[in-house]
Amino acid sequence: MLSRTAQNLFWMGRYIERADATARIIEMGHRMAMLPGSNEMEEWRSVALASGSAPDLAGEEDITPAQVIHRLLIDADNFSSIRSCLASARANGRAIRTALTQDMWEALNDGWRQLGEMDPETARRSLLALLEWTKNRTAAFRGAAEGSLLRNDGYFFLRLGGLIERADMTLRLLDVKYYVLLPETDVVGGGRDYHQWTSVLRATSALRAYHHVYKGDYSPWGIADFLILNSIFPRSVSYCYRAILRFLEDLAELYGERSACHDTCAAMVAQLDELEIERLFQSGLHEFIDGAIVTTQRLSGEISRAYHF
Amino acid sequence: MYNEMTGDDGAVRLPYDKVEEWIRTSGVDLLKLRQTEAEAIFRKIGITFAVYGEGGDPERLIPFDLIPRVFGASEWRRLSRGIKQRSRALNAFLYDVYHRGEIMRAGIIPEELVYRNEAFLPEMIGVDPPGRIYSHIVGVDIVRTNGKDFHVLEDNCRTPSGVSYMLENREIMMRMFPQLFAAGIVEAVDSYPEMLKKTLQEVAPIKCEDDPTVVLLTPGSLNSAYYEHSFLADLMGIELVEPQDLFIENGLCWMRTTRGPQRVDVIYRRIDDSYIDPLAFRPDSLLGVPGIFDVYRSGGVTLCSAPGAGVADDKAIYVFAPDMIKFYLGEKPILENIQTWRCAVKDDLAYVLANLKDLVVKRVHGSGGYGMLIGPHATKKEIEAFRAKIKEKPSEFIAQPTLDLSTAPILGEAGVEQRHVDFRPFCLVGREIRLAPGGLTRVALKKGSLVVNSSQGGGVKDTWILAD
Repeated sequence: MLSRTAQNLFWMGRYIERADATARIIEMGHRMAMLPGSNEMEEWRSVALASGSAPDLAGEEDITPAQVIHRLLIDADNFSSIRSCLASARANGRAIRTALTQDMWEALNDGWRQLGEMDPETARRSLLALLEWTKNRTAAFRGAAEGSLLRNDGYFFLRLGGLIERADMTLRLLDVKYYVLLPETDVVGGGRDYHQWTSVLRATSALRAYHHVYKGDYSPWGIADFLILNSIFPRSVSYCYRAILRFLEDLAELYGERSACHDTCAAMVAQLDELEIERLFQSGLHEFIDGAIVTTQRLSGEISRAYHF
Repeated sequence: MYNEMTGDDGAVRLPYDKVEEWIRTSGVDLLKLRQTEAEAIFRKIGITFAVYGEGGDPERLIPFDLIPRVFGASEWRRLSRGIKQRSRALNAFLYDVYHRGEIMRAGIIPEELVYRNEAFLPEMIGVDPPGRIYSHIVGVDIVRTNGKDFHVLEDNCRTPSGVSYMLENREIMMRMFPQLFAAGIVEAVDSYPEMLKKTLQEVAPIKCEDDPTVVLLTPGSLNSAYYEHSFLADLMGIELVEPQDLFIENGLCWMRTTRGPQRVDVIYRRIDDSYIDPLAFRPDSLLGVPGIFDVYRSGGVTLCSAPGAGVADDKAIYVFAPDMIKFYLGEKPILENIQTWRCAVKDDLAYVLANLKDLVVKRVHGSGGYGMLIGPHATKKEIEAFRAKIKEKPSEFIAQPTLDLSTAPILGEAGVEQRHVDFRPFCLVGREIRLAPGGLTRVALKKGSLVVNSSQGGGVKDTWILAD
């Protein structure tokens, strides 16, 4: 496989995942802002922060929902906005048209122009429909890949990109929201309650899944455990890393060669396997999250180098 | 004016009876509805065509007209023989040009026309491409002005484009109107990619020891024909590479892959000669692969088409194609040329200047329908401006009579209307000569227009060759 093709597939996976995750975060903000007693501005501020692409906006004193929605949904200058992500994914796909199946291409190509033609006011009015549409597009793309793409290196690179991005998004969300999860004794700002906890789950579409696993016992420990260490929730850090390792092993088997990325990933999986949530809280949740974000970035770079892109 | 469906006398020609019946029984309204559906499908698949220098939508659709253009089996037999004959002669000519130059020595083609030609590459002298083949895909543009003859309007020996439309137009038609094809009356075109791949494999370079690795080289996704590049690579199951994916080492050509460098043997390149190697040709080219020309010359890699093949499709050389057929093959040309005046010839020039308002004047090296004069459709001012250009450099121009191109039915605003068409088949030249039964019919969608180029508002149609 051409290195350029691998690179494009990897990044296409990342862009699609980022568009999807951003849609979920905006949805969370929209819902939180509607709750009685919520501070609308603060909710949108945390959305801006959690997305990772609007730190400047989050830092401003007065922000409006319209600003945040514009920046994260349709802003062409923000390369992480949903619009930019979908456009980049399509551009990547177009550049390596032969590595995609017809179904995948149609999923990328269908309706991609509509966000570019939308003004902020219309976007805000039809926000939920647009978020729904975004999730549908990304789901259609992933479904097309699952159902039609050969399980060779191309598929592995696509999935690796998606999983790295997903791990990164979950970690960033935790990074922004970790204070919500701190036990009562460690006071970092107030306002921690049921809604705040569940908002973290909502942003990863994990509310019901959590319910199934923890039987409705919303505790910060449980939520952190679920998003970091749970091995069956597909957006947890642990799940993502195990899956990354699996695809890296597939690549190693196919190419008969291992690289630094394999060691980094295996070490992280081993660490996650050993960790218990109580100990994690004791040794510092925030430090762990920061460290994991750095590791994820390093892993992404090591994958590029190992496969010459 | 000759009509493809109704001939000269208004009665439906035999090859068209199925199409005529289909139009009649479907009705214009239904067909128009289906036309809109077809466009939506094209857009969804992403078959687009960018037009240089026009701005606007970089991914424009080429308009597709639903009503097929039909050739009868006997018409095709003749065309097919003529096209193959011409493709052989053009390749023989190219070999001659870069070797002993017999046809010039025999005084049949003026030397300066060849050796001073912009497309002539002195670097190619004495180079022996595998199989002595220079132009592996020959696009012969064919027109018809009456019920009897076909004429060749132009040869394309470098990288003729449009074959993806031949394949996709058929796909769409079969998807939308399966009943039309149910009886098996139309020859299938879908063997083309396989034929192309075989052709490319047959011209592996001498240094290739194994099964040849064939790639398609595209300038990139911003190129107007990018869709076609990716489409063909996909159907042939070969890598679609960009110049930055290739590099030269130890006298061979390699591509960068996730497993490290991999050897490349045959390159179907869709990049112009002058851009292919900044060391050999244009030093300012950002597109090329430095050093690839040397590797080509020493038999490390095959470039298809060969550099310098363009000298055979120059419009001044075109005039001599029937002579080439006689000279190299000892045969009588099956397809004749359109009468052509070369402005480089004194008498021709005088005639052309005196009759500009009736003639079509083309640049010798031009393509895509750009920079030409259509006398009957031009204003006085345009004609005078063109006259000045011709006088300044007569050898840059040729002229032809304004052809009464045949028309074919299209689905227009007002129902079924008649528009001018031409036809481009794609002849493959490897160890053997192959021709898929079909081609691209281009249609001038503007009423009365004679320009069928997609860059100038032309559209495309499915083309049927009827089975015997």
